[in-house]
Amino acid sequence: MQQPLQNFIRALRAADVRVSPAESIDAAETVAVTGYADRMLLKHALCAVLAKSPEEVAAFEDCFEMFFAREEFRDRETDSGEPTRNDSDPTDLDLADMLLSGDGAALAAAMEQAAEQAGANTIRFFSQRGYFTRRTLDQMGLRDLERMIAELRRSEDADDAALAERLEQGRSLLLEQGRQYVERQFELYARSAGEQLREEFLAETRLSSIEQRDFDRMHRLVRRMAKRLAARYSRKRRHSRRGVLDVRRTLRRNMAHDAIPFETVWKTETIDRPQIVAICDVSRSVAAAARFLLLFLYSLNEVIQDLNAYAFSDRLIDVSDILETHEVEEAIPRILQDIGFRPTDYGQALDDFVENHLDTVDRRTTIIILGDGRSNDTDPRIDLMRMLSDRSKAVIWLNPEPETFWGQGDSEMLRYRPFCQVAKTCNTVMQLEHIIDDILKSYFRS
Amino acid sequence: MPSEAVEAKLASVETIIDGLSSVNYIASHQIATALFVAQHLNKPILVEGSAGVGKTELALSTANYLGLPLIRMQCYEGLDESKALYEWKYGKQLLYTQILKDKLGDVLGDADGLDGAMDRLHGFGDMFFSEQFLEPRPLLKALREDAGAVLLIDEIDKSDEEFEAFLLEILSAFQITIPEIGTVKAQTPPIVFLTSNNMREMGDALKRRCLHLYIPLPEAKLEEQIVAARVPNLEARLKRQLVAFVQSLREQDLKKLPSISETIDWARVLLLLHTGDLNVDTVRNTLNVLLKFEQDIQAVGPQVSELTRKAVQAAR
Repeated sequence: MQQPLQNFIRALRAADVRVSPAESIDAAETVAVTGYADRMLLKHALCAVLAKSPEEVAAFEDCFEMFFAREEFRDRETDSGEPTRNDSDPTDLDLADMLLSGDGAALAAAMEQAAEQAGANTIRFFSQRGYFTRRTLDQMGLRDLERMIAELRRSEDADDAALAERLEQGRSLLLEQGRQYVERQFELYARSAGEQLREEFLAETRLSSIEQRDFDRMHRLVRRMAKRLAARYSRKRRHSRRGVLDVRRTLRRNMAHDAIPFETVWKTETIDRPQIVAICDVSRSVAAAARFLLLFLYSLNEVIQDLNAYAFSDRLIDVSDILETHEVEEAIPRILQDIGFRPTDYGQALDDFVENHLDTVDRRTTIIILGDGRSNDTDPRIDLMRMLSDRSKAVIWLNPEPETFWGQGDSEMLRYRPFCQVAKTCNTVMQLEHIIDDILKSYFRS
Repeated sequence: MPSEAVEAKLASVETIIDGLSSVNYIASHQIATALFVAQHLNKPILVEGSAGVGKTELALSTANYLGLPLIRMQCYEGLDESKALYEWKYGKQLLYTQILKDKLGDVLGDADGLDGAMDRLHGFGDMFFSEQFLEPRPLLKALREDAGAVLLIDEIDKSDEEFEAFLLEILSAFQITIPEIGTVKAQTPPIVFLTSNNMREMGDALKRRCLHLYIPLPEAKLEEQIVAARVPNLEARLKRQLVAFVQSLREQDLKKLPSISETIDWARVLLLLHTGDLNVDTVRNTLNVLLKFEQDIQAVGPQVSELTRKAVQAAR
């Protein structure tokens, strides 16, 4: 009885419900308590054990219905007292018999068994459906059936012809059912696995070469990443040098001195929220990556309170409001329309920032700059960069270009670099996550 | 081991549903199943759902139904071991040192030398770090209830991650170690409920050790049963009307949807006002019971008459 449960867990994993080995042990124990007989009890009990969030509950329910809808056939078949059919290989005769007698349950059981032998539950790609359908049906004896039909057709006898006709009908029914069965296997075991594969691939693709049609998927990916980072870092304790007197611990430490407080203990933990200023280049030179840098900015804004976000090409504007009030589909085109795709001028942008928004930067602020540092041979205003660096806690520069390109042509990256605590190449989502993770980590450690 | 009475009360899902309804908690099949599995696998239940769907109430009712003591721990930012597990009674310890100082001379008077005095002192054991000076906090209390208990760890999402990690040992082994005294292991593992409003994502390690129960906003039929159980004097027709109204309200785009506790409050208000049938004026005047944000009230305002008419019609 363990096999169905294991298959079910595999299907769950494919449906993006994370099931650890320990949880599958729990599930087995649960099934030992509940049994398979009461379907509703089984469903709710397994759901409580395996699904750990509302999204997972929804995925679980879909998966459960699909998976156990199929199992029902098998149960009915074994209950009706014909277990032998399950054990012996179905021969061509059996198949013809089953088709002629219209024994749906037996057919379903035979198909199940054949599919298992054909390995239909190892299906991974959409394009494999035809192959697995054919293999499953061959296992059931489709070739023999076809030969039989052909022979009957050749015969002169009217009865034979009629029989051939009936078998032919049965055959097309069988083909249809086989297709549906494999389709279901694909839905169960592979569809979301394909989605995972696609996302893994996306996470390692260079930002500039991601296509428009992947934008939604990308957004999900980036949002998930931002959420993960925020969950880890949005609220941390920080040790300050001195806080309020901790009476309880002071008394305890001084018990040896008759509770005369020789040594004092201070509550030194305070809760600190990260203060981040993000400045994003959306000019022509980073056009391809700009959408995704903004996407990241948008997701960061969703998870970090009081994020100050700015975008610039030649001038710099405050985009916090746009990110805050608009849906992502609107916000990004709007920013790009307002300020995007113009020739870059880092000097002017820094000047604008210092002029209008310098009050957002203090010694607790981390400034993240997303851009390529290509300033069209205008004055890079290194002096302003130095001032920002002095004034803030850290400046982090994420550049979509590889390091070998820095300083070539109009790139001012090498001149900005001394003022950045971190300056790194970042052109895939994966790198973005690692770097931001590092930043936040060191930020909170310090 | 749990007593037989408790075991019998948790013997099957149907028993649990009936039993909880006898203490006025109408449990869905999911809720009862979770409790059933929790009992058999000895696992805590992590209850999630929006505010007011009856997460805390579930724990209270379970304790009530099983006749076990309820031990409640409210979580908040900065909650730590000494407030959750145990604490030494420092004041008492100090006081006793002072009082006993005078007695010390009598006890040690005839001891020869320092070593002798030390030996004699050791004879009294760890006077100040013993049970008498231990202040048990909720978690320790729950473990020391020999007949079992219902432990409610409320709003776990408000606590810090460190505290969450600290809970892991207790929730999986039902035991804790106090360095000065030793390991305390629960004779009967308590039935543990953790509630969360999803202020932050809980860690995977904690989730893995718990059963997960998500309580959604109820469907009309279930909600009517709940209102009937909680406000028994309410007329059946008015009950149907008000539930239909609340249900239609939940389809609106609001900042905070009314949940069960609001429905019950509203039913009580309507009962107090001797309302016969739902009508527009009453609804308008009492809308602030259901909706807790001014902007929500404003948003629903123009539709009140339409919604009321539909609710009255639907309840017919």
